[in-house]
Amino acid sequence: MIILLLQQMLNGLQLGSVYALIALGYTMVYGILRLINFAHGDIFMISCYFGFFAACAFLSKGLPTWLAFIATMMVSMLLTALVAVLIERVAYKPLRYAPKVSAVITALGIGLFLENFTLATLGPTPRGMPALLPNVNYRLGPLSMSSVQILIIIISIVLMFLLDRVVQKTMTGMAMRAVSYDKTTASVMGVPVDKIISITFAIGSAVAGAGGVLYSLAYPIINPYMGVRIGWWAFIAAVIGGIGNVRGAMLGAYILAFVEVFTPMVLPSSTYRDFVAFTVLLIVLVVRPTGLMGRVTAQKV
Amino acid sequence: MGPKSRITLVLVLLGFALCIFIERSGLLSAYILQISMYVGINIILTLSLNLVNGYMGEFSVGHAGFMAIGAYVSSIITVRVFHNQMGPLVFPLAVIVAGIVAAATSFVVAFPSFRTRGDYLAIVTLAFNMIVKSVLENIDALGGPRGFMGMSRLTNLANVYAWCLITIYVVRNFVYSNFGRAVLSIREDEVASNLVSVNTRQMKIMVFLIASFFAGVAGGLFAHVMQFINPRSFAIQKSTDILVMVYLGGIGSIFGSVLGATVYTVLLELLRPLGVWRWVVGPIMLVVLMICRPTGIMGLKELSGLIPREEQVLKEKEGADVVTASD
Repeated sequence: MIILLLQQMLNGLQLGSVYALIALGYTMVYGILRLINFAHGDIFMISCYFGFFAACAFLSKGLPTWLAFIATMMVSMLLTALVAVLIERVAYKPLRYAPKVSAVITALGIGLFLENFTLATLGPTPRGMPALLPNVNYRLGPLSMSSVQILIIIISIVLMFLLDRVVQKTMTGMAMRAVSYDKTTASVMGVPVDKIISITFAIGSAVAGAGGVLYSLAYPIINPYMGVRIGWWAFIAAVIGGIGNVRGAMLGAYILAFVEVFTPMVLPSSTYRDFVAFTVLLIVLVVRPTGLMGRVTAQKV
Repeated sequence: MGPKSRITLVLVLLGFALCIFIERSGLLSAYILQISMYVGINIILTLSLNLVNGYMGEFSVGHAGFMAIGAYVSSIITVRVFHNQMGPLVFPLAVIVAGIVAAATSFVVAFPSFRTRGDYLAIVTLAFNMIVKSVLENIDALGGPRGFMGMSRLTNLANVYAWCLITIYVVRNFVYSNFGRAVLSIREDEVASNLVSVNTRQMKIMVFLIASFFAGVAGGLFAHVMQFINPRSFAIQKSTDILVMVYLGGIGSIFGSVLGATVYTVLLELLRPLGVWRWVVGPIMLVVLMICRPTGIMGLKELSGLIPREEQVLKEKEGADVVTASD
């Protein structure tokens, strides 16, 4: 029983790491624009496809797998960031001073567009991600873990750590926090607001791009609809942690992944996991209306 | 009875006659008839959601959850309780009960809305939608994920038309009543409206009750057009559809909702020949519309025929818009 628990905890860590990478994109964009970027789940899906095509190309060139893996990560992160910045410039920027809901509806529209454009051009058939890395199983006593699993956890944690440093310590990060605090004052102080917003989109999506490659290594079937479910789950993770808060998103992602992994152990069927996850979300929001680590802002009258 | 209401009455009766005539004569193909019923059902959904999102200024993204409850409850009544007998007699009752049950569940959303606002309330409604779907998928007696079938086609054009009119009537009278003004004041500033002794909690409950009642009704009508429902048809995508119709038509406008629902439903049908590309072109058109006209087609304006005369006089006197956008 203990072994099963530990094993599931390991799986939870792996899943949580991927959720965290995607949740970061939601939380960063929300922090800076107060916009729930509903297209983010589909940006994640696009990144999986980028990863798939890059991996196929590199492997057919005969690159050694480790090199191919690193190159795939790079290509996927770069292209995903480009797509996201393009979307931001074309669709969100004209709406920066429009009612907020118009931007949210635009985000929904962009998400639908990405999903169906992929469906129309690449077809609904799921594609199998080629194995980039040799999957070795290590045994630690009764526990077994695969090299992919360890790699996902390590890379995610390193990326999250780097991101946290960027936001907390660098000039760009400071500018981001300034813009998220007060856009107008930040621009008066000489912060290039448009540029910072684009950078935020780029970083958030690049991290989701990394998440996409790692996810498709662990669960190697990709299709145009995969962004919907994973996108929503990452979104809930961001909200449970307190949307707009980078560390909160990571916390929320791990909580949610554990919920997903442990539900089938307690309840008879895995179909209850949505129910449990959303009930957790509801309870968190009723008790702490701005999430676990969200700031409570005072209201002015 | 003034001349205006007499004209309205004649128009309403003419509409009924037309509905019954069209259905009996077989003038229109079954396909067009079906689409017109969808238009009607979507008008009911859009108007009721507009009450929450447009007039009260909350962002509810779980309207399909209420619709699902309405659809299942009404189907249980007609199929399991009455075994498809006395259909035309039982059906209106079933739809009303469906609405009441949906309204009762709206407390799940209304209570968190006392403390939670804005994006977080949006997430509560989203969670509600997902929970409803998940619960329905796990009840084997209702078919689980396979869905529920066996309903006879009880919804007809006259039915849908009647419910559309009732919805428009109720929403219009609510919005221009004292309650409606209180709801508008919540949209503009909740704290301030509390200070001028608006009972915001009561108002929120009321708005959610009305909105979810009509969503439940729409669900009941929908189930008896389709004659087959499954939890997937009430997923978050359905809620998104309704949202799009609300914002396409323009928030805070009754005529806008009618227009939004009609344009969206008909347009998607017209794009059908495009096949898979339909869902590529549709969202692009939506994004372009939002960029060019962020407030939707009507954009907080109302068809003058729907505004009470007293209100129009008031507006002319003040020379200013009584209704303004919040942000």
